[in-house]
Amino acid sequence: MAKHETPLLDQLESGPWPSFVSDLKQQAEVRAKNEAGIEFQMPQDCCEDLLGVLELSYKHGRTHWKHGGIVGVFGYGGGVIGRYCDQPEMFPGVEAFHTLRVNQPAGKYYTTKYLRDIMELWNRRGSGLTNMHGATGDIVLLGTTTPQLEEIFFELTHRLNQDLGGSGSNLRTPADCLGQSRCEFACYDTQDLCHFLTNEYQDELHRPAFPYKFKFKFDGCPNCCVASIARSDMSFIGTWKDDIRIDQDAVNKYVENDPAYPPEGGAHKGSRDWGEFDIEKEVIDLCPTHCMKFENKKLYIDDANCTRCMHCINVMPRALKPGKETGCSILIGAKAPILDGAQMGSLLVPFMPVNAENDYEEITDLIDKIWDWWMEEAKNRERVGELLKRQGFQKLLEVTELKALPQHVQYPRENPYVFWREDEVPGGFTRDIKEFRKFHQR
Amino acid sequence: MSDLLNDKEAATKAVVDFIKAKSKTKSKFYFKDFAKVFPDDKLRAIKKVINQMVKDEVLEYWSSGSTTMYGLAGQGKQHASEGEE
Ligand code: SF4
Ligand code: SF4
Repeated sequence: MAKHETPLLDQLESGPWPSFVSDLKQQAEVRAKNEAGIEFQMPQDCCEDLLGVLELSYKHGRTHWKHGGIVGVFGYGGGVIGRYCDQPEMFPGVEAFHTLRVNQPAGKYYTTKYLRDIMELWNRRGSGLTNMHGATGDIVLLGTTTPQLEEIFFELTHRLNQDLGGSGSNLRTPADCLGQSRCEFACYDTQDLCHFLTNEYQDELHRPAFPYKFKFKFDGCPNCCVASIARSDMSFIGTWKDDIRIDQDAVNKYVENDPAYPPEGGAHKGSRDWGEFDIEKEVIDLCPTHCMKFENKKLYIDDANCTRCMHCINVMPRALKPGKETGCSILIGAKAPILDGAQMGSLLVPFMPVNAENDYEEITDLIDKIWDWWMEEAKNRERVGELLKRQGFQKLLEVTELKALPQHVQYPRENPYVFWREDEVPGGFTRDIKEFRKFHQR
Repeated sequence: MSDLLNDKEAATKAVVDFIKAKSKTKSKFYFKDFAKVFPDDKLRAIKKVINQMVKDEVLEYWSSGSTTMYGLAGQGKQHASEGEE
């Protein structure tokens, strides 16, 4: 029988969706039976106590976790998040229940051996509960005690060749889509750039000195599979400069409803009867900038007005491809809702070459300028997006030494005034009054 | 780099004195608070020195998970007595 009665949690299992409560119960049972004969270094009944404290939180309508503390591993200022239960007598198994963030590999590629090794370690030295993956992208290991932290860190780094991720006021673990390894839409090698910058900025990842968190995310194309545009302080989105490549024969196959050319790559096939494919309704009319037309069996795209939204390419992947001159757009300042509500990234660089040959020099130069500005100017706990709002986009252009471009303009300005800086005005803001009076009476 | 930041002993003393002077009201500090101790230096230079002090166990990190702060090693409030005297 379960250690604690959990009627409120049991109710959560009755819904139509898979329930984390069922998962916790399953893991509690696995630990109780211990058929694998694991030498547990963490209380065997920690999952039962976790269910118990959660039930109590629902009953009281308040949390029973204290968070924060000095837990960490030697030399690292991140990667471990301290959690302590404030009812340790009732729930000794979760008195300390710290979280570890483990830096996931680029593109989240694993071998089964790697996953088994991680789980062997985590079942032995932790609760065995994981979150694959956290919002930042890390493998999240949920629940261990303070004495286990260094042991786990040692085994991870020495035996499994695996580093911790970021937490606190650090660079957080960079995350990417699987990019060119599997996806034909990818406009640059997201995995290489993600891996390179993770190594390049190890010090920023592990030794906190930022005003707050900072996230990089890498999407190979504007489909934004890792949601970089909404969830990273600096987002790198693959794009192209030249024209969308069109295979007119293939376009016509789509139009003729050839079964080998299902729209959306067949992704929605079978869910219901979508009827015949209609290029006008499903592609042309949905182009956000109305820059396409289909006439006399020919598709025309006015590429100068295409915003690279990917819609037409997603619908007809066998007929359309991104152009060949590829790179990335860089956006600044997205964040999830905390203080000021959610915020999307602002476009800073419309096109940046992604060049591994010079160690991504253009990109690292830009990052360094942005960090210097943010570290100097931001208040404590101010994200770069909030600083951008407070000091203005013009300031960001100044510190990054970039010129204003039409792509930076969101809508025509509402304010007729122009603010000049003193160095932009011939002679500055001081004037010789005598000289002035020669031409103008009082 | 300023002479103060360059001189490990003097820099450590300056940071410890700064923290002790405020110890009645605070035990945890944001990284940026140390900018006042080294007004002539770049934050990224200060970072190296402050983090060395953590390695040398003069200072220690305190983390809430989302924010990291610094305090004297072994001093100040730990998780068990956060927010209480
Ligand atoms: S973001 Fe684009 S390139 Fe990356 S996986 Fe998604 S569709 Fe492919
Ligand atoms: S990518 Fe989007 S904006 Fe560009 S042509 Fe296709 S639908 Fe229109």
